[in-house]
Amino acid sequence: MLEIKNLQARIEGKQILKGLDLTINAGEVHAIMGPNGSGKSTLAQVLCGREEYEVTGGSATYLGKDLLELAPEERARAGVFLAFQYPVEIPGVGNTYFLRTALNAIRAHRGEEELDAMDFLELTRKKMKLLKMDESLLKRSVNEGFSGGEKKRNEIFQMAVLEPKLAILDETDSGLDIDALKIVADGVNSLRAPDRAILVVTHYQRLLDYIVPDFVHVLYQGRIIRSGGKELALELEAKGYADVEEQTAKAGG
Amino acid sequence: MRVLKEDPEALLSRFAAFESGLNGAKTAWAHELRRAGLGHARELGIPTTRNEEWRYTNVARLAKDAFELAAPAPVAPEALKPFGFSGLGGPRLVFVNGHFDAQLSSAGELPKGVVAESLKARIAAGDARVQAHLGRYARQAEHPFVALNTAFLLDGAFVFVPKGVQAEAPIHLLFVTTESAAPAVSHPRNLLVFEDGARAQVVEHYAGLSGGAYFTNAVTEAAVGAGANVDHTKLQQESLEATHIASAEIRLARDARYANHSISLGGKLTRNDVNAKLDGERVECTVNGFYIANAAQHVDNHTIVDHAQPHGRSYEVYKGVMDDEAVAVFNGKIFVRPGAQKTDAKQDNKHLLLSRAAEVQTKPQLEIFADDVKCTHGATVGQLDKNALFYLRARGIGRGEALRLLTLAFAEDVLKEIGHEALRADVAERVHRRMEATTALRSGA
Repeated sequence: MLEIKNLQARIEGKQILKGLDLTINAGEVHAIMGPNGSGKSTLAQVLCGREEYEVTGGSATYLGKDLLELAPEERARAGVFLAFQYPVEIPGVGNTYFLRTALNAIRAHRGEEELDAMDFLELTRKKMKLLKMDESLLKRSVNEGFSGGEKKRNEIFQMAVLEPKLAILDETDSGLDIDALKIVADGVNSLRAPDRAILVVTHYQRLLDYIVPDFVHVLYQGRIIRSGGKELALELEAKGYADVEEQTAKAGG
Repeated sequence: MRVLKEDPEALLSRFAAFESGLNGAKTAWAHELRRAGLGHARELGIPTTRNEEWRYTNVARLAKDAFELAAPAPVAPEALKPFGFSGLGGPRLVFVNGHFDAQLSSAGELPKGVVAESLKARIAAGDARVQAHLGRYARQAEHPFVALNTAFLLDGAFVFVPKGVQAEAPIHLLFVTTESAAPAVSHPRNLLVFEDGARAQVVEHYAGLSGGAYFTNAVTEAAVGAGANVDHTKLQQESLEATHIASAEIRLARDARYANHSISLGGKLTRNDVNAKLDGERVECTVNGFYIANAAQHVDNHTIVDHAQPHGRSYEVYKGVMDDEAVAVFNGKIFVRPGAQKTDAKQDNKHLLLSRAAEVQTKPQLEIFADDVKCTHGATVGQLDKNALFYLRARGIGRGEALRLLTLAFAEDVLKEIGHEALRADVAERVHRRMEATTALRSGA
């Protein structure tokens, strides 16, 4: 589904990604772990088309198409979804109107009919239950006045409504208490499907207790230095990034 | 003060022609008012940019161009369709080139005693209520264009809501200008009188039926009685070549609640003056505005909120969206007179810049002569939030639509205050559509 080769990217003149390779197939859940500044969030932002990041080399092919050529909205319509680390508050834009506009833009791209207000309401009610969200949140402006946990739940709720093919979760666990973390993880797990891939970007292993990945990758200084199964996350948790980096360097040298 | 004197001969000969055309409508007291207006107009001339009140708005062209008085013209009902409101249920008064058109107007539903008619007709009928109020509030001795409007005073709307009467359905006053061979001027004059405890909603709406150049010079006087509750929207959708100058003078009695929403979407040159005097205790007054300008549009809003009595509260938010080389001018005066203690006044002017070449001149002007008051003001100029834009696009919303959504959100502070729900939705829809015509916000941008 997604094939990243030798991806290099920088922001404000600073090189962050220095040749990253990663292949994700449909139905798989991948986790990318790494210390602060390793390039985790940069990877997520670059894949979703954030213009502040400049791609300086390499490629990302998504469902046979050059992903990097597409505008952010085109990527979203093609099924790429980013759950933001810091969801943006947008006063004056209603949550319902926003999400319905987004869904209908995606449906139009798929050649499906627009959902009217009634059908949309029914759909959102169902999905809100999944995330145990209060319906009153829909009546507010996008993320405005939401608590940290509500914002993260809202991201996964949007994912549930938009039904992407490739979902990228950027530090979705940060700022969540254990109860909220379980709810969010349950939401994500319910969206696991044979035709959907999920990329979880996280600093801590904690989230991976609940969203169990098929593959774990260690990102360090802009490159993936090690890949393995879910047990790699536990090793990282036990030994720390520095140790894993050292061992990898030795093994490589 | 140096003024550009319009060729005095031309002004006089135009007035003479206007006067002879009045025929039977030359009611003595009204004509005295016109003659006084003419005197002031001759004295005041057309202001230059050396006049502090006109410093950033150059109207010298108006002294040069010979605008003829606009004549009545036939208009097909279909031509008004884009300027109709759905779901209001109230009466609609249509004025074509400043002249009341009974054919195009509709009565709507109004409670007993409420009047919404042609001012010209009420003057001719000798309506004492008109005589009691007309010309009493507008600043014909100070404002050059109010003087000119008064000199050529002929028609407009007269709205009267008697004591304690609740007129729920908005009264729609629609002023349209048709295509003409030469640039023409109309001087609509409105008088709105709300007696004690009355409740009403009025929409003053100006629109161009052609894309051409013309000049609308409107004056509205409003007297709001004790405890009355009035929601007053002005929607300006003139042609993009038109000059639109409008003054509203509002007098508020004790315990009145009044809101003015001035939405400017059209016009090449727009100048609005909204002056509200809180002339009794415990008045609550909202003076809001929203405008979008692009290309070489120039939009100037001058407001005065005059706290003349104690315990008054005023809220003012003016917001502008500026694209291309458009220019915005905002001057907001708040006066707190001696003795107007416990006044609470807030003023805010915010601009959203969509282009580097757009220009904004903003000036709050607070003059406070009482010591136990709360007055705050703020002015900001900013750009659209890049993070918000990316967030919307990352969910599949196209760039143009995302920009429009964010711009509409910027307008929301002003739009949400419009009291009538259907009206508010309709105005928001027009604002949204207007965005399509700007460079930065059109589809595919």
